[in-house]
Amino acid sequence: MAIEANGKTYETDEEGYLSNLNDWEPEVATAMAAAEDCELTQEHWDIINFLREYYEEYQIAPAVRVLTKAVGKRLGKEKGNSKYLYELFPYGPGKQACKYAGLPKPTGCV
Amino acid sequence: MAKKFMYINRKAPYGTIYALESLEVVLIGAAFDQDVSLAFIGDGVYQLTKGQNTKGIGQKSFSPVYMALGDYDVNKIYVEKESLEERGLTLDDLQHLVWEDEDEDYAEKDSIRLVSRSELSDVLDDQDVVLSF
Repeated sequence: MAIEANGKTYETDEEGYLSNLNDWEPEVATAMAAAEDCELTQEHWDIINFLREYYEEYQIAPAVRVLTKAVGKRLGKEKGNSKYLYELFPYGPGKQACKYAGLPKPTGCV
Repeated sequence: MAKKFMYINRKAPYGTIYALESLEVVLIGAAFDQDVSLAFIGDGVYQLTKGQNTKGIGQKSFSPVYMALGDYDVNKIYVEKESLEERGLTLDDLQHLVWEDEDEDYAEKDSIRLVSRSELSDVLDDQDVVLSF
Protein backbone atom coordinates (compact mmCIF):
# COMPACT_ATOMS: atom_id res chain seq x y z
CA MET A 1 0.00 0.00 0.00
CA ALA A 2 0.99 3.62 -0.29
CA ILE A 3 -0.27 7.09 0.44
CA GLU A 4 0.07 10.23 -1.66
CA ALA A 5 1.02 13.50 0.01
CA ASN A 6 2.97 16.55 -0.96
CA GLY A 7 3.17 15.29 -4.53
CA LYS A 8 5.10 12.24 -3.32
CA THR A 9 4.24 8.61 -2.73
CA TYR A 10 4.90 7.11 0.71
CA GLU A 11 5.04 3.37 1.23
CA THR A 12 2.82 1.93 3.99
CA ASP A 13 2.12 -1.55 5.35
CA GLU A 14 -1.15 -3.40 4.81
CA GLU A 15 -2.77 -1.57 7.72
CA GLY A 16 -1.73 1.85 6.48
CA TYR A 17 1.18 2.46 8.85
CA LEU A 18 4.13 4.26 7.29
CA SER A 19 6.88 1.80 6.33
CA ASN A 20 9.71 4.19 7.06
CA LEU A 21 9.36 6.43 10.10
CA ASN A 22 11.93 8.86 8.73
CA ASP A 23 9.75 9.53 5.66
CA TRP A 24 7.17 11.30 7.81
CA GLU A 25 6.12 14.87 7.12
CA PRO A 26 3.13 16.74 8.52
CA GLU A 27 1.45 16.47 5.11
CA VAL A 28 1.48 12.68 5.46
CA ALA A 29 -0.63 12.97 8.61
CA THR A 30 -3.02 15.35 6.88
CA ALA A 31 -3.40 12.99 3.93
CA MET A 32 -3.95 9.93 6.14
CA ALA A 33 -6.56 11.83 8.14
CA ALA A 34 -8.32 13.06 4.99
CA ALA A 35 -8.54 9.46 3.76
CA GLU A 36 -10.49 8.68 6.95
CA ASP A 37 -12.68 11.80 6.74
CA CYS A 38 -10.88 13.44 9.63
CA GLU A 39 -9.72 17.03 9.62
CA LEU A 40 -6.75 17.63 11.89
CA THR A 41 -7.10 20.40 14.47
CA GLN A 42 -4.50 21.79 16.87
CA GLU A 43 -5.77 19.29 19.45
CA HIS A 44 -4.95 16.44 17.07
CA TRP A 45 -1.51 17.89 16.38
CA ASP A 46 -0.74 18.14 20.10
CA ILE A 47 -1.22 14.39 20.38
CA ILE A 48 0.61 13.58 17.14
CA ASN A 49 3.59 15.71 18.12
CA PHE A 50 3.63 14.20 21.58
CA LEU A 51 3.71 10.69 20.09
CA ARG A 52 6.60 11.58 17.80
CA GLU A 53 8.57 13.00 20.72
CA TYR A 54 7.83 9.94 22.82
CA TYR A 55 9.01 7.62 20.06
CA GLU A 56 12.14 9.67 19.52
CA GLU A 57 13.02 9.35 23.19
CA TYR A 58 11.99 5.76 24.01
CA GLN A 59 11.80 4.09 20.58
CA ILE A 60 8.39 2.62 21.25
CA ALA A 61 4.85 3.71 20.48
CA PRO A 62 3.19 4.01 23.90
CA ALA A 63 0.15 1.90 24.81
CA VAL A 64 -3.13 3.80 25.11
CA ARG A 65 -2.98 3.74 28.89
CA VAL A 66 0.49 5.25 28.85
CA LEU A 67 -0.54 7.83 26.29
CA THR A 68 -3.56 8.84 28.35
CA LYS A 69 -1.51 9.29 31.49
CA ALA A 70 1.21 11.24 29.71
CA VAL A 71 -1.26 13.51 27.95
CA GLY A 72 -2.86 14.27 31.32
CA LYS A 73 0.48 15.30 32.67
CA ARG A 74 1.74 17.35 29.72
CA LEU A 75 -1.43 18.83 28.26
CA GLY A 76 -3.64 19.06 31.34
CA LYS A 77 -5.77 16.74 33.45
CA GLU A 78 -8.93 17.48 31.46
CA LYS A 79 -7.30 15.96 28.37
CA GLY A 80 -5.82 12.93 30.09
CA ASN A 81 -8.81 10.65 29.71
CA SER A 82 -9.92 8.17 27.11
CA LYS A 83 -13.15 10.07 26.32
CA TYR A 84 -11.22 13.11 25.15
CA LEU A 85 -8.76 10.99 23.14
CA TYR A 86 -11.48 8.85 21.56
CA GLU A 87 -13.35 11.96 20.48
CA LEU A 88 -10.25 13.13 18.66
CA PHE A 89 -9.37 9.69 17.32
CA PRO A 90 -12.53 7.58 17.08
CA TYR A 91 -10.68 4.62 15.56
CA GLY A 92 -8.66 4.32 18.79
CA PRO A 93 -6.12 6.88 20.00
CA GLY A 94 -3.32 4.32 19.96
CA LYS A 95 -3.83 2.99 16.48
CA GLN A 96 -5.12 6.05 14.68
CA ALA A 97 -2.90 8.70 16.26
CA CYS A 98 0.22 6.54 15.96
CA LYS A 99 -0.57 5.95 12.32
CA TYR A 100 -0.91 9.66 11.58
CA ALA A 101 2.32 10.26 13.51
CA GLY A 102 4.16 7.78 11.29
CA LEU A 103 4.80 5.39 14.18
CA PRO A 104 4.34 1.63 14.16
CA LYS A 105 1.28 0.15 15.82
CA PRO A 106 1.65 0.46 19.62
CA THR A 107 3.14 -2.49 21.49
CA GLY A 108 0.40 -4.41 23.24
CA CYS A 109 -2.21 -3.29 20.74
CA VAL A 110 -4.06 -6.19 19.12
CA MET B 1 -8.00 -10.04 38.75
CA ALA B 2 -4.41 -9.05 38.08
CA LYS B 3 -1.80 -11.74 38.48
CA LYS B 4 1.74 -11.29 39.63
CA PHE B 5 4.04 -11.79 36.66
CA MET B 6 7.78 -12.08 37.11
CA TYR B 7 10.10 -11.91 34.13
CA ILE B 8 13.60 -13.16 34.82
CA ASN B 9 16.29 -11.86 32.50
CA ARG B 10 19.48 -13.90 32.40
CA LYS B 11 21.24 -13.08 29.17
CA ALA B 12 23.38 -10.28 27.76
CA PRO B 13 21.35 -7.80 25.70
CA TYR B 14 22.71 -8.67 22.28
CA GLY B 15 23.82 -11.88 20.61
CA THR B 16 20.51 -13.58 21.29
CA ILE B 17 16.95 -12.36 20.95
CA TYR B 18 16.02 -13.12 24.58
CA ALA B 19 16.40 -9.64 26.04
CA LEU B 20 14.38 -7.90 23.34
CA GLU B 21 11.68 -10.58 23.36
CA SER B 22 11.39 -10.32 27.13
CA LEU B 23 10.97 -6.57 26.88
CA GLU B 24 8.20 -6.93 24.30
CA VAL B 25 6.31 -9.43 26.45
CA VAL B 26 6.76 -7.26 29.53
CA LEU B 27 5.21 -4.26 27.77
CA ILE B 28 2.31 -6.34 26.51
CA GLY B 29 1.66 -7.82 29.98
CA ALA B 30 1.79 -4.37 31.52
CA ALA B 31 -0.56 -2.94 28.89
CA PHE B 32 -3.10 -5.49 30.12
CA ASP B 33 -2.89 -4.16 33.68
CA GLN B 34 -1.04 -7.05 35.24
CA ASP B 35 1.23 -6.74 38.25
CA VAL B 36 4.63 -6.94 36.59
CA SER B 37 8.06 -7.41 38.15
CA LEU B 38 11.40 -7.87 36.45
CA ALA B 39 14.53 -9.55 37.74
CA PHE B 40 17.99 -9.24 36.27
CA ILE B 41 20.44 -11.95 37.19
CA GLY B 42 23.67 -13.35 35.75
CA ASP B 43 24.64 -11.72 32.46
CA GLY B 44 21.13 -10.27 32.42
CA VAL B 45 22.41 -7.34 34.49
CA TYR B 46 24.22 -6.13 31.35
CA GLN B 47 20.82 -5.34 29.82
CA LEU B 48 20.53 -2.36 32.14
CA THR B 49 24.01 -0.91 31.77
CA LYS B 50 24.21 2.63 30.47
CA GLY B 51 26.17 3.99 27.55
CA GLN B 52 25.61 1.00 25.30
CA ASN B 53 26.86 1.44 21.77
CA THR B 54 25.58 -1.03 19.20
CA LYS B 55 27.22 0.54 16.16
CA GLY B 56 29.77 -2.26 15.82
CA ILE B 57 27.12 -4.95 15.46
CA GLY B 58 24.97 -2.93 13.08
CA GLN B 59 21.91 -3.18 15.31
CA LYS B 60 19.69 -0.54 16.82
CA SER B 61 20.11 -0.20 20.57
CA PHE B 62 16.94 -0.84 22.55
CA SER B 63 18.32 0.61 25.79
CA PRO B 64 15.94 3.61 25.72
CA VAL B 65 12.95 1.26 25.99
CA TYR B 66 13.93 0.37 29.58
CA MET B 67 13.49 4.04 30.46
CA ALA B 68 9.84 3.81 29.39
CA LEU B 69 9.03 0.96 31.79
CA GLY B 70 8.01 3.42 34.50
CA ASP B 71 5.31 4.81 32.20
CA TYR B 72 3.87 1.31 32.01
CA ASP B 73 3.77 1.12 35.83
CA VAL B 74 6.57 -1.41 35.71
CA ASN B 75 8.44 -0.17 38.73
CA LYS B 76 9.58 -3.32 40.52
CA ILE B 77 12.91 -4.03 38.90
CA TYR B 78 15.03 -6.38 40.95
CA VAL B 79 18.75 -6.53 40.29
CA GLU B 80 20.71 -9.27 41.98
CA LYS B 81 23.57 -7.88 44.02
CA GLU B 82 25.85 -10.89 43.61
CA SER B 83 25.48 -10.87 39.82
CA LEU B 84 26.50 -7.21 39.68
CA GLU B 85 29.47 -7.75 41.98
CA GLU B 86 30.70 -10.82 40.11
CA ARG B 87 30.91 -8.66 36.99
CA GLY B 88 32.61 -5.75 38.72
CA LEU B 89 29.55 -3.55 38.29
CA THR B 90 27.71 -1.26 40.70
CA LEU B 91 24.34 0.48 40.54
CA ASP B 92 26.14 3.50 39.06
CA ASP B 93 26.87 1.48 35.91
CA LEU B 94 23.15 0.95 35.31
CA GLN B 95 20.61 3.28 33.74
CA HIS B 96 18.71 5.31 36.30
CA LEU B 97 15.21 3.88 35.94
CA VAL B 98 12.44 5.86 37.58
CA TRP B 99 8.67 6.01 37.70
CA GLU B 100 6.38 8.91 38.48
CA ASP B 101 3.96 8.61 41.35
CA GLU B 102 0.75 10.22 40.16
CA ASP B 103 -0.59 10.32 43.70
CA GLU B 104 2.35 12.41 44.83
CA ASP B 105 2.28 15.05 42.10
CA TYR B 106 4.35 12.92 39.72
CA ALA B 107 7.28 12.62 42.12
CA GLU B 108 10.07 10.57 40.55
CA LYS B 109 10.92 7.39 42.40
CA ASP B 110 13.59 4.76 41.79
CA SER B 111 12.44 1.56 40.10
CA ILE B 112 15.56 -0.51 40.65
CA ARG B 113 15.76 -2.57 43.82
CA LEU B 114 19.10 -4.10 44.63
CA VAL B 115 18.51 -7.47 46.30
CA SER B 116 20.65 -10.36 47.44
CA ARG B 117 20.27 -13.83 45.97
CA SER B 118 18.30 -15.04 48.97
CA GLU B 119 16.04 -11.96 49.04
CA LEU B 120 15.31 -12.51 45.35
CA SER B 121 14.28 -16.08 45.95
CA ASP B 122 11.68 -14.84 48.45
CA VAL B 123 10.37 -12.42 45.83
CA LEU B 124 10.11 -15.27 43.31
CA ASP B 125 8.20 -17.39 45.81
CA ASP B 126 5.55 -14.71 45.97
CA GLN B 127 4.74 -14.69 42.22
CA ASP B 128 1.83 -16.29 40.34
CA VAL B 129 3.68 -16.63 37.05
CA VAL B 130 7.44 -16.75 36.49
CA LEU B 131 8.83 -16.47 32.98
CA SER B 132 12.50 -16.96 32.28
CA PHE B 133 14.36 -15.35 29.38
